[in-house]
Amino acid sequence: MFVWSIQHAWLIALLPFVAFALIGLFSHKWPKISAYLSIAAIFVSFLMATIIAGGTFLAGEAINYEVAVKWINMPGLQVDMGILIDGLTAVMLVVVTLVALLVQIYSLGYMDKDPGFASYYAYQSIFAGSMLGLVLANNFGQIFVFWELVGLASYLLIGFWFGRNSAREAAKKAFITNRVGDFGFLLGILFLQIIFGTLNFTGLAGEISSYANTGLLIVISLLLLAGPIGKSAQFPLHVWLPDAMEGPTPVSALIHAATMVAAGVYLIARALFIFSATPEAMIVIALVGGFTALFAATIAIVQNDIKRILAYSTLSQLGYMVMAMGIGAMTAGIFHLMTHAFFKALLFLGAGAVIYALQDEQDIWKMGNLNKSMPITTWTFVIGALALSGIPPLSGFWSKDEILLGAFAGGYTGLYILGTLVAFITAFYMFRLIFVAFFGKNQGGVKAVEPPKTMTLPLIILAFMAIVAGFVGSPLANYRFADLVTYAGAVHYDPSLLVMVVSSLVAIAGICLAWLIYQKQAISAEEIKGKFSGLYKLLYNKYYIDELYHWLIKVFVDGTAKVLFWIDIYIVNGFINGLASLAGSMGRLLSYTGNGQVQTYALYMFAGIIIILAAILFGGLAILL
Amino acid sequence: MISFEHYLLLSTIIFGIGLYGILARKNAVAVLMSLELMLNAVNINFIAINKFVITGGVTGQLFAIFVIVVAAAEVAVGLALIISIFRQKKSVNLNDFNLLKW
Repeated sequence: MFVWSIQHAWLIALLPFVAFALIGLFSHKWPKISAYLSIAAIFVSFLMATIIAGGTFLAGEAINYEVAVKWINMPGLQVDMGILIDGLTAVMLVVVTLVALLVQIYSLGYMDKDPGFASYYAYQSIFAGSMLGLVLANNFGQIFVFWELVGLASYLLIGFWFGRNSAREAAKKAFITNRVGDFGFLLGILFLQIIFGTLNFTGLAGEISSYANTGLLIVISLLLLAGPIGKSAQFPLHVWLPDAMEGPTPVSALIHAATMVAAGVYLIARALFIFSATPEAMIVIALVGGFTALFAATIAIVQNDIKRILAYSTLSQLGYMVMAMGIGAMTAGIFHLMTHAFFKALLFLGAGAVIYALQDEQDIWKMGNLNKSMPITTWTFVIGALALSGIPPLSGFWSKDEILLGAFAGGYTGLYILGTLVAFITAFYMFRLIFVAFFGKNQGGVKAVEPPKTMTLPLIILAFMAIVAGFVGSPLANYRFADLVTYAGAVHYDPSLLVMVVSSLVAIAGICLAWLIYQKQAISAEEIKGKFSGLYKLLYNKYYIDELYHWLIKVFVDGTAKVLFWIDIYIVNGFINGLASLAGSMGRLLSYTGNGQVQTYALYMFAGIIIILAAILFGGLAILL
Repeated sequence: MISFEHYLLLSTIIFGIGLYGILARKNAVAVLMSLELMLNAVNINFIAINKFVITGGVTGQLFAIFVIVVAAAEVAVGLALIISIFRQKKSVNLNDFNLLKW
């Protein structure tokens, strides 16, 4: 079974695409059939992925299976299509298929009465399929193709409720922001192709060392990095992710956990052999990640929309992962990616259940008392939040700890302190959300009820995963995860009790602070808000980044457009118009000869004959020829 | 003795008069008459050349007959056209006939 699954791993990515095609071509008139088709496809993919990852994990031996077929073959350019399965791929396959599967099951309930039910599932399928193709790819060219497909699918799903203006705008924003990053990414890929003549990971890994520490490789690294910065929503291209909340909530769960933003982190991990050859690029990655982690966490403190809080939380956690890549702790980063996928999907689906129960209410201040009316949702949500905050022994604790350990033991003290601070803020804003939304007083009038089983079942499964997923990489399992998901350039440190204790303590401190302010109300939130009103406004408006971009676009893009408009109107248009009026005036001049008088024409005729005769008589026939 | 040159001179004079009439007269009928003059100048040339240059045979005469026939047909058509235009324009002055332009 294991060997068969590995040899047919291309099926994992192909099946969702088949489902997409079948729904699009045949079954879109029958929503339920479409949904089951899509779920069946992803379920088979999930089984195969589980067999691959489970087999690898139990065997405890790193696998490395690569197979490729020629795609483009001509002198000087060879492009292959192939699959590469190693520990990293295996982990990603399980994460993506499991989260996608649960999200699709959940959507059965959430999207129940939506008129676009069938196309929703078609998009879900292509989304999952693209991501799986990306993960399986064995070269940069193929990754780029699926990378763009992921972007397309996210565009379709974010703008799924395209009747709403905000959804359309958000979809466009996501797509265009990603374009900025992808442009750099594509340039980086082209550089690789031109310099090394191959895009294959294994082939590149062999040749990259001779270019280590050259300026050229730094440029390539930074260009490649632009892709993940856009896709994984790192500062300064993070602006699209919070707006992507306009899509249906299960889509947010998918985007945030498995299929979209994970692609960027995965790519950094996959291309780490390039980045790690240039310390400068690694520092840039670490700083971008660290900054994003803190930056987004601070914004999350003051947001009031339940999905927005989670969105900024995702940004912050992605920053963590990228930071881990930058300090060389690639295994820890991927570990965190995996655990984060489970608990963030859980949190989003839980938020979706709340929004569903409260009929599209998203403001946490209008919720409350949900722990009594929706116990399953509440307690799974709390588990997710505890995991995210890093409370032992939940999954988030182990993975976050690995990252902090990497920073601590690797000598990046500044980043370690920053990471610990972010852990504190994370615990604080998550429990602010929980105490206000779930345990607060019910300020809205809507009576909440537990959503249907199709929605609670994924919550329970994900809650289970959020608890146990961390053990695979913990000391309890002898760091088996780290042995499997690793390659040269990644580092591993011995566990440090100090780091563990400190990170747990700050998380608990954050929770306690949230409890004091929002549950016990021993400290008035309003008072703090009043005291730091400037800071509050800055955070609430997300550091005015959107406004800044708006202004920049207005000045530069519109300015350029104005200049080009002027050139178009006065130079290009003027030239063409001048040409036309020249021809016109010539014609008017010549039209005097065609006055309609037969005698004038006869005169021309005879004059012409005389000229011809004169030419023949005095110049010979040659003059005519 | 009337020589070949005399015939050519005569035909040239008649041709010139006809050309003048075509280009300068404003009466459409007069223009048509001038056209006949030119045709007949050509006829004189045909016959003179047949007599003096390629002696023997009747090719020149034959062509002269042809030209007369065509001229007769042409006059018929031309007069019909003039009558037709006259019905429209109430005029035979060529300056009023400016239809031949775009």
